[in-house]
Amino acid sequence: MSRRPKAVAAPPPKLAKCPSGIRGFDDITGGGFPRGRPTLICGGSGSGKTLLGLQFLVRGIEEHGEPGVFMGFEEREKDLAENVASLGFDLPALIADKKLVLEQVTIDRDEIPETGEYNLDGLFIRLGLAIDEVGAKRVVLDTIEALFAALTNLRTLRSELRRLFVWLKEKGVTAIVTAERGDGSLTRHGLEEYVSDCVILLDQKVTDEIATRRLRIVKYRGSAHGTNEYPFLIEEHGFTVLPITAIGLNYPVSRDVVSTGVAKLDAMLAGKGYFRGGTLLLSGTAGTGKTSIAASFIHAGCQRGERCIYFTFEESPDQLVRNMHSISINLERWIDKGVLRIAASRPTSNGLEVHLSAMLNLVDQFKPQIVVLDPVSSFEAAGTALDATAMLMRLVDLLKARQITAMFTSLASAGRPAEQGEAGISSLVDTWLVVRNLEQAGERTRALSIIKSRGMNHSNQARELLLTSKGVDMAEVFIGPNGGLVTGSARIAQEMADRAAATALKQDISRKQAAMARKGRLTEARIAEMRDELAAEAMEFKLKIATQTSTDSKQTSDRASMMRQREQAGGAPARRVRGGAG
Amino acid sequence: MRRAARGLIHEGPVTTAVPDAEPLAKWDLRLYVAGQSPRSLAAIANLKMLCEEHLAGEYQIEVIDLLKTPQLSRDDQIMAIPTLVRRLPAPIRKIIGDLSDTESTLVGLQLRRPPATKRA
Repeated sequence: MSRRPKAVAAPPPKLAKCPSGIRGFDDITGGGFPRGRPTLICGGSGSGKTLLGLQFLVRGIEEHGEPGVFMGFEEREKDLAENVASLGFDLPALIADKKLVLEQVTIDRDEIPETGEYNLDGLFIRLGLAIDEVGAKRVVLDTIEALFAALTNLRTLRSELRRLFVWLKEKGVTAIVTAERGDGSLTRHGLEEYVSDCVILLDQKVTDEIATRRLRIVKYRGSAHGTNEYPFLIEEHGFTVLPITAIGLNYPVSRDVVSTGVAKLDAMLAGKGYFRGGTLLLSGTAGTGKTSIAASFIHAGCQRGERCIYFTFEESPDQLVRNMHSISINLERWIDKGVLRIAASRPTSNGLEVHLSAMLNLVDQFKPQIVVLDPVSSFEAAGTALDATAMLMRLVDLLKARQITAMFTSLASAGRPAEQGEAGISSLVDTWLVVRNLEQAGERTRALSIIKSRGMNHSNQARELLLTSKGVDMAEVFIGPNGGLVTGSARIAQEMADRAAATALKQDISRKQAAMARKGRLTEARIAEMRDELAAEAMEFKLKIATQTSTDSKQTSDRASMMRQREQAGGAPARRVRGGAG
Repeated sequence: MRRAARGLIHEGPVTTAVPDAEPLAKWDLRLYVAGQSPRSLAAIANLKMLCEEHLAGEYQIEVIDLLKTPQLSRDDQIMAIPTLVRRLPAPIRKIIGDLSDTESTLVGLQLRRPPATKRA
């Protein structure tokens, strides 16, 4: 007896999936078609049902080593091979390799007389033979509904179809059954009744004269799946579904920073630049230098030896190269070196999905580290704003997943605050720069500010953007007397005024310094004079004292000698002398 | 008309159905079946009966079992079982079902005009 606690109910076995070989499809279905079960693909004529089926088989052989059988009820075998050869599917080679069987079931044009009970064993035998010949794991029946035109006994046909799908399941093959779209129902003959494990609808919508193919998973028993309508494309690489949310938000992020190509702009972005693999939005009105900033970024990237693609939707490559010469950026050099690719196309020349796919193809082929789209706002002309946003979201996701630093420029329409534009993608981007036209003192100048830069301590100050013959530069910040940013010649005037004031101050100081010095000197002189005077006085005084002393001593000695004389002459006391005379 | 080779029923795809290399019978029919199912057996019986009644001495029947020779389902474009193919007289015509509906079998073989015309 096991002592283990009561066994936790094992999760129900996960439905096995069969990789579809269709780019993007496995992402929205969690792995592909239900393995070992039939899947119904319905859609109008020309919606890509046959191609989807064939791609499923061809990729199954090429990528998963799973041989396949294609049983066609409509297109002729030869036509089929020719039609898909342009997509790089070499059916004859696969057939020769015994990996693929093309079964062409010819439906007689005339009604076949029915003379009693019958079944479709002939078809079963034929399909079974084909499956066994190559050991097929994948089967496509295209379009089995054609049988409805050939057979009149619908009761028999329906029961035989039911039997066929059961039989296919028993065979363990993953099957795709295509059917024509019916009016008000998924299929014209109600095939969804028999094939109910997985039903996929292909559709084509025309909005504003631009056609978009769309795919929707109507149901997928036992599996989570995306419920949206997903745009899909049929182009040189075959059938591609473009899921919006395929990648999810789990791409690796980089802490590396790449220079913007403008030193002072780097300084504004925490002194370094943009995050590698980040998405940058550069918006502004016409003529604000968006392309120049983008070109500087590309230029810096190429200098570091990184590969770059510049998608331009308004200028031709030559025009771009020429224009950038005016700010000393030589893009030609990088093109010649093979590190830069400029891809130009008109947004309206194709549907958005075609653009997206073409861009992705080029990205996957060129493997750039940096991609610029200039400008993305022009995509609104190729679809609705909503479609354009959805497409850009997908592009952002796909580029992020590839760790490609992407810069989108966006033309903000005049009269609309730049911050309000691009509402669709601004929340997706990591760094958002806005360039504004300022008009003051009769001239237009450009001011660049950083609206956001995720994960970065960026400058909050608006700076004047300068497009000089030496490249893109930023002016020092000048705040005018009223607190606003001062730019252009007003800035220059302000600079001059500031310089003049500084000069005046300097002159004033030196003048004052001279005056002080003079005053000092004067004082010194007067001190010296007074000192001389004092010395002179002292001298005089000394002299006087000396004279006085000598006179005194003379008088004393004189008196003494007089006394002696008197005593000798009269012998009379002095008092007698005095009285005698009186 | 010699009768020796007529009315033969061959099992399997045999081109030497006519041993003495004579020109083929006027009616050359092929019946495709799958194994010995009751439906197949019924079809064989129905066909035999019908031929004896309407084409006595002028037909040959080849019964092909697709379980034995599945390749022929591809070559002859057979979907339904049983399928009867009229190889001669030209043009080739296909009839499906167990041939229990004699009327439509005869119409299918163009031995009789479609009922609408006939009944009129």
